[in-house]
Amino acid sequence: MNLVKNAVAAAAASLLLGGTVQAGTLADVQSAGHVKCGISTGVPGFAFTDDKGDWQGFDPAVCKAVAAAIFGDTSAVKYTTTTGKTRFTALASGEVDMLARNTTWTFSRDTDLKLDFVGVNYYDGQGFLIPAELGVSSAKDLDGASVCIQTGTTTELNLADFFRTNGISYEAVPIETNSEGQANYEAGRCDVYTTDASGLAATRSALEDPSAHALMPEIISKEPLGPLVRHGDSEWADIIRWTLNAMITAEELGVTSANVDKMATGTDNPEINRLLGSEGDLGAMIGLDKAWAWRAIKMVGNYGEVFEQFIGKDTPIGLDRGINAQWTDGGLLYSPPFR
Amino acid sequence: MPNTSNAPTQNYVPGEHPDLKPPIGQTGILLWLRKNLFSSTFNIVLTLATLYFLYLVIPPLLNWLVLDAVFQAGSRDECRALGEGACWGFIDKRLGQFTYGFYPIEERWRVNLTFLLLVMAVLPVLWEKMPKRRIMLWFSVLFPFVSAWLLLGGFGLESVNTDQFGGFMLTMIIGVTGIVFSLPMGILLALGRQSQLHFIRWICTGFIEFIRGVPLITLLFVASTMLNYFLPPGTTFDLLLRVLIMVTIFSAAYIAEVVRGGLQAVPKGQHEAADAMGLKYWASMRLIVLPQALKISIPGIVNTFIGLFKDSTLVVIIGLLDPLGIGRASLSDSKWQGLATEVYVFIAIFFFICCFSMSRYSIYLENKLHTGHRI
Repeated sequence: MNLVKNAVAAAAASLLLGGTVQAGTLADVQSAGHVKCGISTGVPGFAFTDDKGDWQGFDPAVCKAVAAAIFGDTSAVKYTTTTGKTRFTALASGEVDMLARNTTWTFSRDTDLKLDFVGVNYYDGQGFLIPAELGVSSAKDLDGASVCIQTGTTTELNLADFFRTNGISYEAVPIETNSEGQANYEAGRCDVYTTDASGLAATRSALEDPSAHALMPEIISKEPLGPLVRHGDSEWADIIRWTLNAMITAEELGVTSANVDKMATGTDNPEINRLLGSEGDLGAMIGLDKAWAWRAIKMVGNYGEVFEQFIGKDTPIGLDRGINAQWTDGGLLYSPPFR
Repeated sequence: MPNTSNAPTQNYVPGEHPDLKPPIGQTGILLWLRKNLFSSTFNIVLTLATLYFLYLVIPPLLNWLVLDAVFQAGSRDECRALGEGACWGFIDKRLGQFTYGFYPIEERWRVNLTFLLLVMAVLPVLWEKMPKRRIMLWFSVLFPFVSAWLLLGGFGLESVNTDQFGGFMLTMIIGVTGIVFSLPMGILLALGRQSQLHFIRWICTGFIEFIRGVPLITLLFVASTMLNYFLPPGTTFDLLLRVLIMVTIFSAAYIAEVVRGGLQAVPKGQHEAADAMGLKYWASMRLIVLPQALKISIPGIVNTFIGLFKDSTLVVIIGLLDPLGIGRASLSDSKWQGLATEVYVFIAIFFFICCFSMSRYSIYLENKLHTGHRI
């Protein structure tokens, strides 16, 4: 009877407090031996499985960097695929420790859903992809068009806002995933496909004849995409935030996976020395050892390397750095200093 | 010698009339064609229309599927360069993933062995005339434990976490577990629903109605996310196990209703005859009522099983990587992007083979048990 009482009390407590009572995520992760990372079900360039069956892409790279910082092993990640609908419950319920799956940082997600966005790894914006033969040159001419739109996403709301402000109408064709959207668009079930511009570029690259399709000039929203964790464990959030910052700073300072070993022996730039652990002990402040950032950069690469590997110019996705360039190059990437 | 030509003449010795061949057009393939395809104007039109339709569909399909298809390639661009048809090179490269999910490559023999043992365990159950059936049946009973050990590891084998399960292997695990456990559970629920004991009847009816009243996808969502809110923090309860439980109780509720239909079709006289022979409840059920009831329910039960097997693809929504999930993730590889048709055709073939065999077995079973009278 006592046991039942305890179980009921615990269940009630966990229900009342939601996912906020799980302090000590780092300790849990360390004892489990892996990071539980929520990713998308597949977005070209951003998350996919390779021929060997490993998750690759711009988003899993964040998970790998965190695993490298904590364990020194990029394979110490347990991936859970999540859809637009299941991602936040998966995170809040403790099914995953962090999400790295093109999720837009918004006010209500950060506050009302009790999540913490730890940074931005890709500045995106919502665009429109249409067949060139339609001869439309602006999204404002799309009155009455049928639009393929992923449900449960910010793009859905932006779309409604955009068409309402411009006083034009549209017919929504709801879809669940990016590949579904691509298939529907290809089959002509919708005139327009709208999602984040990066996703559209990826989708366009996979079409039979990419040149027959065009991206509209309008970018109708701000979509800062980044990794996130649940409220209530700032220490854990710090680790993800600063792992990401380490990758960004490494690019800014010219540290790459190729030269990181040489740089780790000591340079004349004190910030590189602090970053890579040859000076001071920043790692101890977040519960890790001195070489945490060195491992992340060595095993995964700096931000620019990851960008070029998965979504950059030389990949089929072919995205420009654009506003995702370093602040020194006129972009928005600006990591706080390592001090 | 008698005249063997088809033109009969009158000069036979009585009693020696030769057996003449039937006229051309009244025998063999021509007769069949005439009877089945060209028996009336309407049928002639239908036949010609169908032939034209097949002519339109089959050659391009064959070209795409086999003749122009590319079976070996390293990327989609290579495929396109080599041929116009399907790019099976993609499936070829990813076959391991489609079959085993993320199961460690050096441990995959365990999955193969489990599948082999599954065949050995299923055969004595399905095939009555199997040699040494009695001994083999004991193996069938042990099989769930053996397979769980083989797949999960431990006790001398390297342990494999269930989140590495995926692909067809996952479909088979969910399908077979659901089928094996839901049948007995469904029968018990059906009996419970008919029970004279009010308490048992209420519980069974409540359970069946509740589960049937909720979509499977909702149960899966409850299993994957809600349950974690209710359990004390820190407890982990394997996701695949939760899914298996949900799938099993879902299909058990349906089986229960199918079996109840069978039970109600057994005439009251059979119950009374069993009572008159002094059989207790379980004995009368086991020897008299259930064999008849289950025989009637076979099509319904198999129907539920086929539905369950196909519904197992719903787990993709809660993030388990069944073949559809694997396909979706693989298609995002920019090397292979845009080959969705190949993936879905391939998965469809797998499901068709599985479901069609189940359906054929059920027909075989019906014929075998058909005792000459229908109730």
